[in-house]
Amino acid sequence: MADKALLVLEDGSSYEGEAFGAAVESYGEVVFNTGMTGYQEVLTDPSYAGQIVMPTYPMVGNYGINPEDFESEKVQVRGFVVRQHSTTPSHWQAGQTLHEFLEAQRIPGISEVDTRAITRKLRSQGTMMGILTREGSPEEALERLKGLPRYGEVDLVKQVSTERAYEWTEEEPGLKTGPPYRITVLDLGLKRNILRILAGKGCRVLVVPAWVSAEAVMAAEPDGVLLSPGPGDPATLEYVIRTARGLLGRVPIMGICMGHQILAHALGGSTYKLKFGHRGGNHPVRDVETDRVHITAQNHGYAVDPDSLPSDASVSHVSLNDGAVEGMRHAGLPIVSIQYHSEAAPGPRDNGYMFDRFLEMVSDMHGA
Amino acid sequence: MAKPSKVLVIGSGPIVIGQAAEFDYAGAQACKALREEGVTSVLVNSNPATIMTDEGIADIVYIEPLTVEAVTRIIERERPKGLLPTLGGQTGLNLAVELAEAGVLKKYKVKMLGTSLETIRRAEDRQLFKTMLAEIGEPTPESATATNLKEAEEIGRLMGLPLVVRPAYTLGGTGGGIAESWEEFVEVAAGGIAASPIDQVLIERSLVGWKEIEYEVMRDGADNCITVCNMENMDPMGVHTGDSIVVAPSQTLSDHEYQMLRSASIKIIRALGVEGGCNVQFALAPHPVVAKGAITAGRDYFVIEVNPRVSRSSALASKATGYPIARVAAKIAIGKRLDQIPNAVTGETVAAFEPALDYCVVKIPRWPFDKFADGDRTIGTQMKATGEVMAIDRTFEAALQKAVRSLENGGRSILWEDPRWLKEEGPVESWPPVHPSDFRLWGLLAALRRGRGPEDLAAQTGIDPWFIKALERLITLEKRLLSESLSPELLREAKRMGFSDESIGTLADWLPEQVRDLRKRWEITPVFKTVDTCAAEFSAQTPYFYSTYETENEAEPVTGPRAAVLGSGPIRIGQGIEFDYCSVHAAWALEEAGVKSIMINSNPETVSTDFDTTHRLYFEPLDEESVRDILENEQVFDESGAPELPPACVQFGGQTAVNLAGPLARAGAPFLGSGAEALDLAEDRGRFEDFLTRLGIPQPPGGAVNNLRDGRNVAELIGYPVLVRPSYVLGGRAMEIAYDEEDLARFLELAMEASGGHPVLVDKYMQGKEVEVDAVSDGERVLIPGIMEHIERAGVHSGDAMCVYPSQTLTGAEAEAIGRYTQRIALEMGFKGLMNVQFIVMPGEDPWAPLVYVLEVNPRSSRTVPFISKVTGIPLVNIATKVMLGHSLEEQGHNSGLAPNRPLVAVKAPVFSMSKLAGVDTFLGPEMKSTGEVMGVDANFTGALAKALLAAGMTLPAVGGILLSIADRDKPEAVPLIKMLAGAGYRLYATEGTAAMVQDLGLSASVIPKKLQEGHPNVVDVIQEGAVHGVINTISGGGKAPLRDGFHIRRAAVERRMPCFTSLDTAMAAVRSATRDASVDYQIRPLPEYRR
Ligand SMILES: Nc1ncnc2c1ncn2[C@@H]1O[C@H](COP(=O)(O)OP(=O)(O)O)[C@@H](O)[C@H]1O
Ligand SMILES: Nc1ncnc2c1ncn2[C@@H]1O[C@H](COP(=O)(O)OP(=O)(O)O)[C@@H](O)[C@H]1O
Ligand SMILES: [Mg+2]
Ligand SMILES: [Mg+2]
Repeated sequence: MADKALLVLEDGSSYEGEAFGAAVESYGEVVFNTGMTGYQEVLTDPSYAGQIVMPTYPMVGNYGINPEDFESEKVQVRGFVVRQHSTTPSHWQAGQTLHEFLEAQRIPGISEVDTRAITRKLRSQGTMMGILTREGSPEEALERLKGLPRYGEVDLVKQVSTERAYEWTEEEPGLKTGPPYRITVLDLGLKRNILRILAGKGCRVLVVPAWVSAEAVMAAEPDGVLLSPGPGDPATLEYVIRTARGLLGRVPIMGICMGHQILAHALGGSTYKLKFGHRGGNHPVRDVETDRVHITAQNHGYAVDPDSLPSDASVSHVSLNDGAVEGMRHAGLPIVSIQYHSEAAPGPRDNGYMFDRFLEMVSDMHGA
Repeated sequence: MAKPSKVLVIGSGPIVIGQAAEFDYAGAQACKALREEGVTSVLVNSNPATIMTDEGIADIVYIEPLTVEAVTRIIERERPKGLLPTLGGQTGLNLAVELAEAGVLKKYKVKMLGTSLETIRRAEDRQLFKTMLAEIGEPTPESATATNLKEAEEIGRLMGLPLVVRPAYTLGGTGGGIAESWEEFVEVAAGGIAASPIDQVLIERSLVGWKEIEYEVMRDGADNCITVCNMENMDPMGVHTGDSIVVAPSQTLSDHEYQMLRSASIKIIRALGVEGGCNVQFALAPHPVVAKGAITAGRDYFVIEVNPRVSRSSALASKATGYPIARVAAKIAIGKRLDQIPNAVTGETVAAFEPALDYCVVKIPRWPFDKFADGDRTIGTQMKATGEVMAIDRTFEAALQKAVRSLENGGRSILWEDPRWLKEEGPVESWPPVHPSDFRLWGLLAALRRGRGPEDLAAQTGIDPWFIKALERLITLEKRLLSESLSPELLREAKRMGFSDESIGTLADWLPEQVRDLRKRWEITPVFKTVDTCAAEFSAQTPYFYSTYETENEAEPVTGPRAAVLGSGPIRIGQGIEFDYCSVHAAWALEEAGVKSIMINSNPETVSTDFDTTHRLYFEPLDEESVRDILENEQVFDESGAPELPPACVQFGGQTAVNLAGPLARAGAPFLGSGAEALDLAEDRGRFEDFLTRLGIPQPPGGAVNNLRDGRNVAELIGYPVLVRPSYVLGGRAMEIAYDEEDLARFLELAMEASGGHPVLVDKYMQGKEVEVDAVSDGERVLIPGIMEHIERAGVHSGDAMCVYPSQTLTGAEAEAIGRYTQRIALEMGFKGLMNVQFIVMPGEDPWAPLVYVLEVNPRSSRTVPFISKVTGIPLVNIATKVMLGHSLEEQGHNSGLAPNRPLVAVKAPVFSMSKLAGVDTFLGPEMKSTGEVMGVDANFTGALAKALLAAGMTLPAVGGILLSIADRDKPEAVPLIKMLAGAGYRLYATEGTAAMVQDLGLSASVIPKKLQEGHPNVVDVIQEGAVHGVINTISGGGKAPLRDGFHIRRAAVERRMPCFTSLDTAMAAVRSATRDASVDYQIRPLPEYRR
C-alpha cells in the first residue's frame, strides 16, 4: 500500500490521497492544466516553477517518461496532483514511470484525489497556495504553509534562467528551411522547443541569462531577440523590463508569454493576475488581423491589461473564452508579442506561423 | 455566403449494421439547428422509427424511398436551395452524389452545402484520395486500385500477401477483408468488387497490429479548424473501428504523437475542403520495428481513410465530449463560423474550441451473436456489430466495467467465461481464445486469470500492453476479492475500479443486495460528475452526468415534479431504434406536462442521450445497481420529511426497461403508470392463461412440458404442426415449428437445453393471419389507433414480417373482435399506459363468429409504435405518458376504441443486414433477424407496397430470371405464384423437385442441381453469374440451420444482394408489385398530406 499524502490549500481545505514520487514536503501555487497529453513537457516546463500542478485529465503517466520530451533538463514543478498515475506505462520510448521520474527528481506527488473537485474549487475561488505533505495533520500543514512565501513574492526567473550564455547546438532532424539568422533568446525560463523550432528554421540561436543588459545583448549583433516564457509575476521583473526597453526599436523582438508581458511593461503597460489562469492546449484565440481563430497552448496566470497599453500598441490576439489579451502589436516597432505558446510542446502546433511572422520582420530589417 | 432559405436533408434509411441510430441523432440535431437559424428543413428518410421524421423536428417530412427518382420528385416539388448530404451516413452521401451526377441538382439549382461533390469524390474514391494525400505529403500505405478480378490478381501477385481489400463507397467495411492466403485473396477481392457501387477496390499493404486512431475534425468556411476529440481503438488495425473497443481520448499516445496526428487531420480537412465535420482514421506504428522485418522510424503513421460527413464515430465523439458535432456541422453548412456558434454546454464559450475531457470514455460494440450462434464470430475489417454502448468514468478500468455492464449480453459480467474454456484444454496461445471476436475481451481476462503474461498477450494480439495491464489489474483485484474478507478499503477499491455489486458479491460470496447494504453502511456510494466539454474550467449549463466513486457530487436532486425514463440500451436485433424513439417522446411528453424528465441510457448513438433532449441525462448502465443509485441520488424529502424517489417509466425502453421493473419494485421504487404487476401477469404463462380464460378470450391451445413423452401427448392432442419454444427466453429465441413427431423430438431436445430447467412450451401452430395493435389504456378507456396486418402468415416473427395499415383483408367482425379483446384485456388488467397485443386470425366458416386468438400481450411500447403513430397521426407515446401522469384519455380528448382508418395505406418492411454476417441463415421464422425497417406510404396498397419493397431493396426487376426451390409442403400453395411468374415472362430456374412441379403445370423451367457437388451450373452458380435476379426458397424443416437444404442458395443471394424470399406470402406480394400495371405510379408527398 502506498503512503498517505495530503494536499492542503490555503483556505484550509484538505485532500487525502496516496503518495507517489519523492517522499518530501513541498508547497507552491496550486494550478490546474486541462491538457490531456503532455505531462512530461509540463513537468519540465520552467514556467511552472513555484507551482503545484494538477492535470484535470485523470489518468496520467500512461506513456511513461521518454528521453525526448524534455522542455528543460529537469522537473520544474513543485508537486504533482493526479487522480491516477500509471504504474504500467506503455510506449516504445518510455524509460521510466512517472513515479520513478518524480522520485529521482525529488518532487512529491499525490494521487487518488478528486481532482475535479479541486479544479472546481480553484475555478470558483481562484488560484491558491497549497502544501503537499506526508506528515502530520491538515491543521499542522496549513500552519506551515502560512509561514512560507507566496507565489509572486519570489523571483522565480532567477532560479530557472541559464547561468551563462550558450549556443543551441542540439541537432534537429529535418530541413533547415531558412537563412541562418542570429537570434538571441533571453532565457526567462524557456522551453527547449522554442530553440528547436528556431534552429529548425535555420536560425543560429544564442541563449543568454535573464539578467543580461540590453547592451550585452546587442553586443552579439543579433538579427532578432526572443523574450522567452517564464514563471512568476512579470511586474516584479524590473531588470528584465529594463533590458526589453533597451532593445525596443533596435532589433525585431518576439515575446512569448512572460516575454510578451515584459514587452507590455516595457511599452508602459501593465499586467494583472487572472483568477485561475489559462493552462491547457485547447484555448481559442482570435487573430485580430486575419479574423481567424486558432487553437493555442497556454500557460499563464497573469495577463496584459489592454487599457494600459500606449496608443500605438494594440491588441492583436484575444482569448475567445474570456476576452483576455493574447497578443499585441505595435504601430512603429518591430515586435511579435503573444501570450500563448506558439512553440506548443505540449499542445497544438497550429501557431508556428507566429515564428514566421517574427522571422519575416527579421528578414525585413535585415534587407533594409 | 447567403443563408439558404430551404434545405433538403437526406436521412440514412433503415438501420443496418454499420449505419444505426447515430444518423437519427445527427439528422435530428441538424434539423433543430436549421430551425434555430430560421432555415426551413425538408427531410426525406424511409425509416419511420426515427425522431428526425417527426413533424416537430423537420419542417416538411417525407417518408419515401431513398432513391434518385423519389428524391428528384421531392426536389421538383419543394425547390430547396440547398442540400445537406453529410448527415445521412453513407446512404445519404451516396444518394447526394447520384443526384448530382444525374444532373438533378444542377437542373433545380440546388447547392450542395458544407461538402461539395468534388470533396466527396476526393474523400470516397480510394484512388483520388491517395493522390490528394500524396500531394499534401501525407502518407498512405502502399496500395493499388482494381476494378476487376484480373487486375486485382495482378496487383496481389505484385505486392505479395498479406493484403487488405477495401471497397470504395461502402460503409462498415462492407465487402472488404484481410487475405492471408491466395484463396482468401481471390475470394475477398471478388466480394469487394461486387460490394462497391463503382466496382472499385483498394488493395493495400496489411497494417494489422498497428494502433488505430481516429480524429474528429471540424472546419468552417473561413478555414478555422478544430479537432473535437481523438479516439484510440483498443483492438488494433485489422478490426473495424465499429467492431473495436474504443477509448476517448487516446491513452497510449504521447503529446508528440497526439499533435502529429492532430496536425495531419487538420491538413487533410483543409485539402479536402470540407465545411463541417469529418472523421480521419490513422494507423500509427506501435513501435519503431513493425511486423515482417520492415524497420521504420518511430512515430510512423499512415492515413487509412476519411469520412467527409458525420459518422458513427462523430456521434460517439459528441457524446464522449458534449460537443454537438452534427449541430455545429449543420450551422457551418449554412454559412456560420465556428466562433459565431455558441457552446451550448457552457453557455459562456463558443464552438471554436477543443473539448477537454477529465474522464475516460469506453465504447464496446454490441454484436448479434447471441441471436446468431451459428454465425462466424470472428471480427475483422467488415463490421458486424448492430449497436454499441458507451460508459464514462474517471479511469479506464471503471469505464470498461461499466460498459460491460451496459451490454446486456445475457448478464455477462467481466467474470463470464465460456463453459468450454473450463471444460476443454488447448494450446496456451489459443485457449482461451484471444483472436478478434465478440468474446475477445472475456478471452483476454480468462487468459490473464490463468496466468498468461500481459506482454505475451500484447505481442500476440497487437493490443497495447497498457490496456492488457489494466485488465490484469482487474484480475488482481478479482483475486483479492476471492481471497480476502471484504473490508471498507477493499470494497471502496473495487468500486473505484468499476466492479459491480453483483461481481463483488459473486467473488466475495455475498448477495448483491448485501454488498449494497455494506456499501451504504460504509458510506461507499457513487457521486455524479458533469460532462462539460471543458474539464470544469467553466461552469456548465448542461446537466449531463456520469457516476464515479469520488468525493464531490455535482448532481443535486431535481426538484419539483419529475420522473425518470429508462432507455433501451444498445441497438440489437429485436430491440432497435424504435425504443429510443419511444423514450424520447416519453421525456418530451413529461416536459410538456410540466414534469422534469430524467433520462438514463447507455447508448451513444441515440437522440435520447443528446444532452438537450431531456431535463437531465445520466449516461449509465441500465442495470439494477446503476438505476437504483441514480434514483437514490435523486431522492428528496417531502414536507413531512419522508424520502421521495422520482417515479420511473419502464414502459418505453423495450425489454431493457421492462426487465428492471421487478428489481425496482422490490427495491420499493415508485412507477409511472403500470409497472411490475402488469408485466408479471403478461409474462407468467400460467397466470396469463387463466386470465384470458376468465375473460373468455381464446389463445392457441398448448401446454408446458418437461419431457418428450408429455410433449408428444400435447402435440397429439392439439394436432401438428406445433410451435416449440423454451420458456423464459426473449425475442422468439430457439423457437421452431414442428410438423411431425420427428421434428418435435429434435426441437424439444434443443429447447429443453435452452430452457435450462424451465418447461418447454408446445403450442398449436396456427397458420393464420397475424395481426397486431398498439393501444393506450387509462384504466377506463382504451384507445386503439389502428390495426396492423402482417403480409406473412403467423410463424414469421412480427419484427420480420411486412405489415400493412390499415388491415386489408379482415372482416368487420374480425376487426371488431380485435378491438373488443384489446379493450377487455387492458381494462381487466387495470392497465395504465401503452401496450401491444398480437393476434392470430384463423379462416372461419361463420362470418359472425370470427376466430381470433391472442398470441401475446406486451404491457409496454412496441416496435410498431413509431410506425402507427406516424401513419395515424396519433402520438401514442405522448398520450400514454400523459395518461401515466394521471390525465385521462377523456381529459386529453380521445375517444375509446378503434380509431377510424386514415385514407392512406402504409406498409412496413423489414431490412436485414445478412450480407455482413457470414454463416447466418436468412430464412424467416419465429426468431427475429432483421435490424431495421422502412415504410412505404401511399393512397393505396399497390403504391405503398411498391415503395416499401423499393426502400427495403426487395424489388424484383420487371424482367429476368427467378430461381425457385420450394419445400414439398408448400408446393400446392405455390402454384398461383408460379403461374403468375411465368405469365409475366420471367425465366424460371428451379431445383429438381420444384422443376418437376413447374413442368407438371405445363410451364418450362431450367433444372439446376441443388447439391453443389452435382455439376455446374448449380444453384450458387446461377446466382453468382447473374442469370437470376431473385430467389424464392421456402425451407423444408427445422434443425441446425446451416445444414438445411437451401442454405447455400440463400447465402449466395444475400452475398449478391438480390431479393430472396423465404415466405410465399412475401414473394407473392413482391411479384404482384413487380408485375403490376406500370402505369399505376406511386405518389410522393409529405407524410401529413397522405393522412388528409
Ligand atoms: N491496410 C490495412 N491494414 C490492416 N487493416 C486495415 C487496413 N486498412 C483498413 N484496415 C482495417 O479495416 C477497417 C475498415 O476499413 P475502412 O476503410 O475504414 O472501412 P469503412 O469505410 O467501412 O470505415 C479499418 O477500421 C481498419 O481496422
Ligand atoms: N401459436 C402460434 N401459431 C403461429 N405462430 C405463432 C404462434 N406463436 C407465436 N407465433 C409466431 O412467432 C412469432 C414470435 O412469437 P412471440 O411470442 O411474439 O415472440 P416475441 O416474444 O419474440 O415477440 C410471432 O410473431 C408469430 O409469428
Ligand atoms: Mg468509409
Ligand atoms: Mg473506417
